[in-house]
Amino acid sequence: MAIDWFPLWLSLRVAAISTAIALAVGLWLAWTLANRSFRGKEVLDAAVTLPLVLPPTVLGYYLLVLLGRASPIGHLYELLFGGPLVFTWQAAVVASLFHSTPLLVKSARAAFESVDRSYERAARNLGATELRLFWRVTLPLVRRSILAAAALAFARSLGDFGVTLMIAGDIPGRTQTVSIAIFDAVEAGNGAPARILVLIISVIALVILTLANRLTSNPFGPRQSAL
Amino acid sequence: MIQARIRKQYPPSPDSAGFSLDLDFRAADGVTALFGSSGAGKTLTLDSIAGFVRPDEGRILLDDQILFDGAAGVHLPPRSRHCGYVFQNYALFPHMTLRQNLEFAAERSPRLGRHRKVTEMLDKFHLGDVAGRRPYQLSGGQKQRCSIARALIGASRVLLLDEPTRGLDAPLRAELYAVLLQVRQEFGTPILLVTHDTEECFTLADEMIVLREGRAVQTGTPRKVCEQPANADVARLLGLYNVLPVEIRALDPGRNTSRLRYRDFELAGPYFPGRLIGDQVWVYVRPDQLSVAPHNGRPAFNQMPATLLRTVEKPERLRLEFSGDIAVEVPPGAIQQQNGVKEWVIEFPSRDLRIL
Repeated sequence: MAIDWFPLWLSLRVAAISTAIALAVGLWLAWTLANRSFRGKEVLDAAVTLPLVLPPTVLGYYLLVLLGRASPIGHLYELLFGGPLVFTWQAAVVASLFHSTPLLVKSARAAFESVDRSYERAARNLGATELRLFWRVTLPLVRRSILAAAALAFARSLGDFGVTLMIAGDIPGRTQTVSIAIFDAVEAGNGAPARILVLIISVIALVILTLANRLTSNPFGPRQSAL
Repeated sequence: MIQARIRKQYPPSPDSAGFSLDLDFRAADGVTALFGSSGAGKTLTLDSIAGFVRPDEGRILLDDQILFDGAAGVHLPPRSRHCGYVFQNYALFPHMTLRQNLEFAAERSPRLGRHRKVTEMLDKFHLGDVAGRRPYQLSGGQKQRCSIARALIGASRVLLLDEPTRGLDAPLRAELYAVLLQVRQEFGTPILLVTHDTEECFTLADEMIVLREGRAVQTGTPRKVCEQPANADVARLLGLYNVLPVEIRALDPGRNTSRLRYRDFELAGPYFPGRLIGDQVWVYVRPDQLSVAPHNGRPAFNQMPATLLRTVEKPERLRLEFSGDIAVEVPPGAIQQQNGVKEWVIEFPSRDLRIL
């Protein structure tokens, strides 16, 4: 029995890249939501969370319209990179981004908001710029929560099915991620490879969730509770 | 030196009565205490100076630097103010060691001398042995000293302390007083201290500013404020006894006397210029200015009969609390023989009665 390992490899790669992008975008968004007050803040928060509750087909449809070859964004992408975005593995990254970012923003916002304001005041009082305050004080204080959120986002990206199918398609050897490969295998009656992939994905998810739990169960060790 | 004129309004809302701060004060070198009950605007004042809160109008000067000027639109960010702030919970960064906490604060001083400066500071505050520990591994006193050292190391030109003794037990309190007196001597940094503790003002402050509902009601040395509270409100804020509502019954400028009615007793007092017969006023007399004797026979001149309710032992004196809201303080041992006596007469020294 020959198992095609490409879908697993692709899924891991897609999940890693999308988690990295989600971290960059999500931390910024979460920090803004936690620290700035502006009109429409809660609307923005709702919009960021929306992909978590929309049916994957609806989200996929939006993305298809937004990023398709006929759209301005799709057109621009084609000009820049010499090929369309949809139905490539990069599209799978975009697809999983829309699930990993909201997860990350939600947890990171809560983490930022849980930081005792007096630490930030103290840092400013001691002459720290906002940037130094963020890197040296705020981020280290919420590090564990952010790592846990990133782990969750990674696990979620690994399992994306609907949106990926809609905008990246199911091209074996190019855009076929592991969840789609499992679906195909089951459809075609290839029970054995499906079982192995199912098992591997389950183990990976379990490990990641355990890790995330351990990170959050004791967010700052005895350090914060000792205050 | 700090010169501040601060105005800040919080309009009333459904869940708060609103608040307005309107202060004008200067704090010279040495220790100045901002004294008042909670909600008087003490912490708001401190936060305005540190730059955490932007006043509506006014002007805040630290030495010759303008920190805030409402009219000119100057509002320096907290990081440019060089005000060392000691937080109530110390706010030591939990993910850094003590040394790192100090280094974080020292980063705006030149790189060359930084390490030496941090080491010096750790030694001065007896933290050298625990410099590598994290805040959660420290005792309360060590955390306190570290937060003061951290506030001082960044070339602070004033030290702001927000109720530093709230929730501290007596030994820690005494330790803090010692540290602050050391700071005043060694560093010469002016200290502005928020407190609601009269004792603390006496122990530490060269000057106290009494705040009430966002206004400064009296300024002066703690001794002067306590001996001559500006009005009945200040006296009550200070927790003073013997603030008595009386009615003026007679005034005699010639003999420099007056007669005052307190409940159903007549007291002789000094002449009060500018008052009229029939005025209802508050009269204050310090507990240690009163004297007592057991009640036998007819009370003599200006002696008021009263029932002893309880005695409170203080470290250096005995406080006798009588019916009629009167307290008398005597040296311990002064009334030992009269143990168990309930009925007393209190003698009012007529010269020492003061109208608030």
